[in-house]
Amino acid sequence: MAELIAKTPAEGLLPVTAGTMTLTEILPACVTSVAPFKGQEKAASAALKAACGMTMPGPNRATGKDGARAVWMGQGQVFVLGPDAPADLSQYAALTDQSDGWVVMRLHGTGAEDVLARLAPIDLRATVFKRGHTARTTLLHMMMSVTRSGANSFDIMVMRSFAVTAVHDLTIAMKSVAARE
Amino acid sequence: MRVEGKGLINRDTRVGFSFDGQRYTGFEGDTIASALLANDVRLTGRSFKYHRPRGILTAGSEEPNALMTVGEGPSQSPNTRATTQDIFEGLVARSQNNWPSLKTDILSVNDAFTNFLSAGFYYKTFMWPRSFWEKVYEPFIRRAAGLGALSGKHDDDRCEKAFAFCDILVIGSGPSGLIAALAAARAGADVILAEEDSRFGGRLLTETYTLDEKPGHIWVDEVIAELEAMDNVRLMHRTAVTGAYDQGTYGALEQVSNHLAAPHADAPLECFWRIVAKQAVLCAGAIERPIAFPMNDRPGIMTASAVRAYLNRWGVVPGREVAVFGNNDDAHRTAHDLAAAGVKVAALIDSRPDADVSGDFPVYTGAEVVDTKGRLGLSEVQIRTASGTETLKTDCLAMSGGWNPTLHLTCHMNGRPIWNDSIAAFVPTPNMVPGLDVAGAAAGVFSTKGALKSGLFRAKKALDALGIKTPSIPLPKAEDAAYNITPLWQVAGKGRAWLDFQNDVTTKDVKQAAAENFASVEHMKRYTTQGMATDQGKNSNVGALAVLADATGRAIPETGTTTFRPPFTPVSIAAMGAGGRGKGFAPERFMTSHAATVERAAPMIEAGLWYRPSYFPRPCETTWRQSCDREVEMVRESVGIADVSTLGKIDIQGPDAAAFLDFVYTNTFSTLKVGRTRYGLMLREDGYVMDDGTTARLGEHHYLMTTTTAAAGPVMRHLEYVHQCLCLDMNVRFISVTEQWAQFAVAGPKSRKLLNTILDAPIENESWPFMACGPVTLLGVDARLFRISFSGEHAYEIAVPARYGDALFRDLLARAEALGGGAYGMEALNVLRIEKGFITHAEIHGRVTAFDIGMERMVSAKKDCIGKPAAARPGLVDPERERLVGIKPIGEVKQLVAGAHLFNPNDEAVRVNDQGYVISVCYSPTLDSNLGLAFLKNGPARHGETIMMVDHLRRLEVQCEVCHPVFLDKEGEKTRG
Repeated sequence: MAELIAKTPAEGLLPVTAGTMTLTEILPACVTSVAPFKGQEKAASAALKAACGMTMPGPNRATGKDGARAVWMGQGQVFVLGPDAPADLSQYAALTDQSDGWVVMRLHGTGAEDVLARLAPIDLRATVFKRGHTARTTLLHMMMSVTRSGANSFDIMVMRSFAVTAVHDLTIAMKSVAARE
Repeated sequence: MRVEGKGLINRDTRVGFSFDGQRYTGFEGDTIASALLANDVRLTGRSFKYHRPRGILTAGSEEPNALMTVGEGPSQSPNTRATTQDIFEGLVARSQNNWPSLKTDILSVNDAFTNFLSAGFYYKTFMWPRSFWEKVYEPFIRRAAGLGALSGKHDDDRCEKAFAFCDILVIGSGPSGLIAALAAARAGADVILAEEDSRFGGRLLTETYTLDEKPGHIWVDEVIAELEAMDNVRLMHRTAVTGAYDQGTYGALEQVSNHLAAPHADAPLECFWRIVAKQAVLCAGAIERPIAFPMNDRPGIMTASAVRAYLNRWGVVPGREVAVFGNNDDAHRTAHDLAAAGVKVAALIDSRPDADVSGDFPVYTGAEVVDTKGRLGLSEVQIRTASGTETLKTDCLAMSGGWNPTLHLTCHMNGRPIWNDSIAAFVPTPNMVPGLDVAGAAAGVFSTKGALKSGLFRAKKALDALGIKTPSIPLPKAEDAAYNITPLWQVAGKGRAWLDFQNDVTTKDVKQAAAENFASVEHMKRYTTQGMATDQGKNSNVGALAVLADATGRAIPETGTTTFRPPFTPVSIAAMGAGGRGKGFAPERFMTSHAATVERAAPMIEAGLWYRPSYFPRPCETTWRQSCDREVEMVRESVGIADVSTLGKIDIQGPDAAAFLDFVYTNTFSTLKVGRTRYGLMLREDGYVMDDGTTARLGEHHYLMTTTTAAAGPVMRHLEYVHQCLCLDMNVRFISVTEQWAQFAVAGPKSRKLLNTILDAPIENESWPFMACGPVTLLGVDARLFRISFSGEHAYEIAVPARYGDALFRDLLARAEALGGGAYGMEALNVLRIEKGFITHAEIHGRVTAFDIGMERMVSAKKDCIGKPAAARPGLVDPERERLVGIKPIGEVKQLVAGAHLFNPNDEAVRVNDQGYVISVCYSPTLDSNLGLAFLKNGPARHGETIMMVDHLRRLEVQCEVCHPVFLDKEGEKTRG
């Protein structure tokens, strides 16, 4: 029987390197949006904690670590990246598969902050936007989710169809920053 | 001429450049201005209106005269100030506004007609005949008067935009700026120090001041070295802060590579910053003003501080016999510095009879310059003293009418400065921009010691506001000379006295404006154009309003100032719009089938940000219509495949999901069975149609809504609004899954046959009837299958996770082609839906109601919904409204066009007789006829009538029959087959 070949959201676009910075695609095994039902926030958080080891993050925060991270995505909405969402969570929250809807990228290297300063209008200084902080903001004309995943690294998500433009815009900014060093 | 042993330039590195085709050599650290002066070039441009020869007036960004076009070819940069542009090897600069050459400029004939070209000249002269203005006068004036021009070609140079955030922004790096930055930095605040010059230091680089017995620039270097070593400090030189905006946001233009001979290929030319600062200290210094004495515009006449700057910073003296003319003690420094450097000082002329002057050069007190000579450069000046007039030979006159604090930024939010009599200048009013304080000369504190104290004090205030303790910083020992001045705004005498050099405005023009009752300073500005050039009157504003005050018999504070607006210095549109060129204008959204579609040579069209195929041409086809007709027939007769992933998909879950949908849709969804799909219509609150689409019930508390491509975002926003503002209590959650699923329409009589070759469990008509939906697996992949149709055919939409989109699209095409079918694009999709009378946003364009499109019965009588009460307003249910019908041509002419209007056959085709308009048209290969959807007054009651379609633009008059909007298979038998 024929088989459908899967493509990643940034297939053929990444990785990109400029100076000391790299942009790579991250492929979480699964991405699930979790939106707790009315009054179920604590129960949802507990179920997530029990199954995946991290609580539901509050606004502008991410919990967990590489491989199993929960990222705040908006009012009453969290993305769990990595593990399958535990089945019992569906009692407390609307779960929706988003594994194919977003391109997840990591911008890493000294200068990563400067790269994003050319694309996003928010304050991403390390003293303000610390590890585990996340924000919904814009990447030039696109909406994005950005999470600080390390001293010099950010995890960036944009919707899948924007992958080409997002990689293009990030690459230009990376080269521009690298050219100044 | 260079002066040995002076200047901060690097004499070890020679730099070659050209000006007007002539090669010159300067040193590393030179600006074009300093290098030209070193090469004894005084003539650098022609004035705007009179084409008078002009030279370098200043040594900073306020320069009105020495504007040049730098670079060649598409990226040439006009109106570059020679005083701020560093030279680099190979730099090419050209003078502007002259023909055939700078030295022999034909249009300098304007200078002879001075009396005609005074203020208001254009308004008075070029009024008649009226039609001549646009065709004759304006083009001629634009050619005759002007500055540099862009190349008119596409410029490939790239600019960029960036954002920065800090606790304290210090603007300017003279003594007050440096001490403010140092205090803030040592206190631990996040500091940005912005300096428009290529080098930090401000006046400390251009004066002979010492700080703690050290030359000023050494102290600067020490402070900068300390700041550089700190993590909490960002030093931004070549960065002019150009505007103060709301909430502590400042615009700033950084020169990144336009001073480099061989910039990095990836480096931008300029970067436009938006800096958000909790506190800011403006330490922008002051600008020296000229004196309006007769014939004060010749090359060689400069501000006194500029002459000092060229001597002390660049080791250049702009003449061999320099005279100094001023009304204040500061001007004396120029004479002393020149004398100390061994330059001949022809005279020091002080307008104050009581001036305390000494020096080893001729000194005139109570004297004024009353005339000058020298066609292309100053050769002599005439001075008037108490005992008569005297002629002095000099090739450079350094003038000083006093200093104006550079307070522009403080006025960017419509604040007005206040007049300070003791320094005869305007000073900033406190708190005109929230969070912005002013220190040093910008605040009217002119001595170095005063500037240091002021900088430290304002830094402490900023730190206090942030709750940060200020460390104790000993101030370096510095000069504290008093600034004595007696205002001298204009010198009486024959000949023109320029105020605004860049726009050629003289004292006479200002007086004439006043005489003609343009007495308000804002009227005077517009009538004379004073302050309206690219320098925004930095040198001339205060002088002009002083002359106006005098002419109108008012005091200066009473006369007031014009409004300072951003940007402080010119910012190229390229920098402000950085990143927006070409495709940077908007992101591109690609479907998973994009690559396979482009491989098939399908022309792509934009649908919002998405790219969708128009049609899929086959080798023998030469027009889009051929492809489109074939694709339509293919769907009607076998099977077609179309990517419909761009339609919005919203996953809706929760116990109240059904109730929520009942509220947002006009029809009922709570009664929909699980595993079934229903067409839904959504109204705006004002009762007009918002969007339509199908919604599937995937589970008891789980729906999947689809929206049109165009309205995916607006519908999501609408749902959020309804939930958050109108029914917050509803326990419902929703999220977009548009991007999660790749979805393909499989349409045509052979659609099920095709699907059954890939579905792991084949379907039958009974098991999967029209409007059924549910999970399936195909080729081992979990998918969703919907039996819905936008073509009127027996059709399905199959959705798979987007990762399989590319593979499934290719697979479906191969299978369809084997069955005599294939891919179809937007053109065929449009024909298919018009044949069936299905609406799109062409029809539901925002001004139509459910009643207008014949869907009033879809507004359920049993329940409330958004827009229902508003839609019931009498005007919205009037039968005479323009309502949806079909039209078919029945006369000789068969062409139908969207946008054409409808008229009764015997009526004249004019507005008052308008019966409606055509909204969508196509050629239907199925019915071999052009078809149109139209909105016609009382349309549904007029089926069978004849109507005239008139398009005045294309001169078309087409006789049409009004008919039902569904042209094909009204009963929908095909979809159920």
